[in-house]
Amino acid sequence: MDIFLQLLVSGVATGGVYALIALGFVLIYKATHIINFATGEFMMIGAYLCYTFLALSGIPIIPTFILVMLCAAVLGFLVERTILRHMLGQPVISIIMVTIGLSSILVGLTEIIWSSQFESFPPLFPRAPLDLGFVLVRSTLAYGFAISMAAVAVFALIFKYAKAGVAMRATAGDQMAAFSMGINVKTMFTFAWALGAIAAALGGVIVGNIGGISPVLGAVGLKIFPVVILGGLDSIGGAVVGGFIIGVLENLAGGYLDPHFGGGVKEVAPFVIMVLILLVKPHGLFGKEDIERL
Amino acid sequence: MTLLAVDNLTLAFGGLNVLSQVSFTVEPGQIFAIIGPNGAGKTSILNCIGGFYRAQQGRIFFDDQDITNISPDRRAAMGLARTFQNIALFRGMTVLDNIKLGRHAHLKTGLLSSLLYWGAAQREEMELRREVEESIIDFLEIEHIRNQPVASLAYGLQKRVELARALAMRPKVLLMDEPVAGMNAEETEDMARFILDIKEERDVTIVMIEHDMNMIMDISDQVVVVNFGQKIAEGNPRQVQSHPEVVKAYLGEKRER
Repeated sequence: MDIFLQLLVSGVATGGVYALIALGFVLIYKATHIINFATGEFMMIGAYLCYTFLALSGIPIIPTFILVMLCAAVLGFLVERTILRHMLGQPVISIIMVTIGLSSILVGLTEIIWSSQFESFPPLFPRAPLDLGFVLVRSTLAYGFAISMAAVAVFALIFKYAKAGVAMRATAGDQMAAFSMGINVKTMFTFAWALGAIAAALGGVIVGNIGGISPVLGAVGLKIFPVVILGGLDSIGGAVVGGFIIGVLENLAGGYLDPHFGGGVKEVAPFVIMVLILLVKPHGLFGKEDIERL
Repeated sequence: MTLLAVDNLTLAFGGLNVLSQVSFTVEPGQIFAIIGPNGAGKTSILNCIGGFYRAQQGRIFFDDQDITNISPDRRAAMGLARTFQNIALFRGMTVLDNIKLGRHAHLKTGLLSSLLYWGAAQREEMELRREVEESIIDFLEIEHIRNQPVASLAYGLQKRVELARALAMRPKVLLMDEPVAGMNAEETEDMARFILDIKEERDVTIVMIEHDMNMIMDISDQVVVVNFGQKIAEGNPRQVQSHPEVVKAYLGEKRER
């Protein structure tokens, strides 16, 4: 029972971080219908930026977070303006290829700027694990979870209540109608990319803080695909629920099945779930099914 | 005084000529109808006026300004509203949210102020709500559905919500693409009544595309007929109805034997 609780709690904490990264993906998909395969690389860049500001430049932690978010927003802005803006109206497959290419470019740039070596992160948070009474949670995971949930809440509030968020929802609903309502749809695309990049970069900082950083940190970003397929590609609530479910299942599978299979189940489990979801409920739990009223 | 002028509009997609040298002017307070057979280019004219298509030649003037090179969102903010042939509501939002979005372009409070500055943003929201409730929802008789998600509504009601959303923009000109297509007789009658009331009570000029000839003849002030991308006739409904080119376009020519 102790082991179960331990696995459950750390699964929930991991899931919270997945939720934040998945949110970065969903914000961009919802507004622009672009599947961003470079989400993991946005994370990695965020982690490296944090490492640079904190460990190499000695900037305190709060300004570091603000700087990372600003830089991520600029990155999202530049990617949208210089690359994807010109892909408007192109076939989906071309746009996907562009984002895959973009992810390789970002990895390459990272290796040029920071070298490809593994670096350990300076401690961001107090080291003492969080004691919940029945289980202990690693401090990096506990704080990471708290930051993720706060960020998710802020993004959700913006999307639901702020004027720009409402305009983004309208853009997601029907671009031509949004234009006719006086909403500048192209500005909304840029805004979505900036927000998506911020969410991914924050997620990257948390992941880097847990396990150290290297240019392959972006591989963690692949796990958001099971999350968003489960939750529904265009659902913010789905990203959160999907994040928790995948985090918990992954941890349970790792804890109980890994010893019997000689390891590896933890890494595979999310993708097995993804395939099952695609077979049974292709739009995910909360995704939009295009039902036409005839 | 002319409110909207389309001057010498020519539009082609690749080698396909969609519009050639179409010109007309709309006076304030008119119900201006654009008719013509399927594929004649009627919706393309509306898309040029709305700013979704860029014509290769020709200019569009609205409210004494040349709007030919202005983006669609800015045209909307200037007072051009639009309803669509295929309903373009924001699915998943309620009727009320859809209508309130129509006022988006006119809200003064921005992102930061709506986050920080609760006073002004809230006051504006309350004003908007009152105006929407009193003068749009009641007017279009959709009180009973205002909190329902739009996707669940019947077709005729969705069309009405779309009209409500356009009215919430306080437009000077309302572009309507087939407002009564697919409606039964009763719904058509209601919509015709709403269109007349909008013109008379709200000082909104209406430019509409329609296939329902009875409605066109009943309510429009000026009619322009297009066929194969060209204007073939213009005048009041009676003049247009008996115009030989129009008869030819709709009924075909008598073959010489």
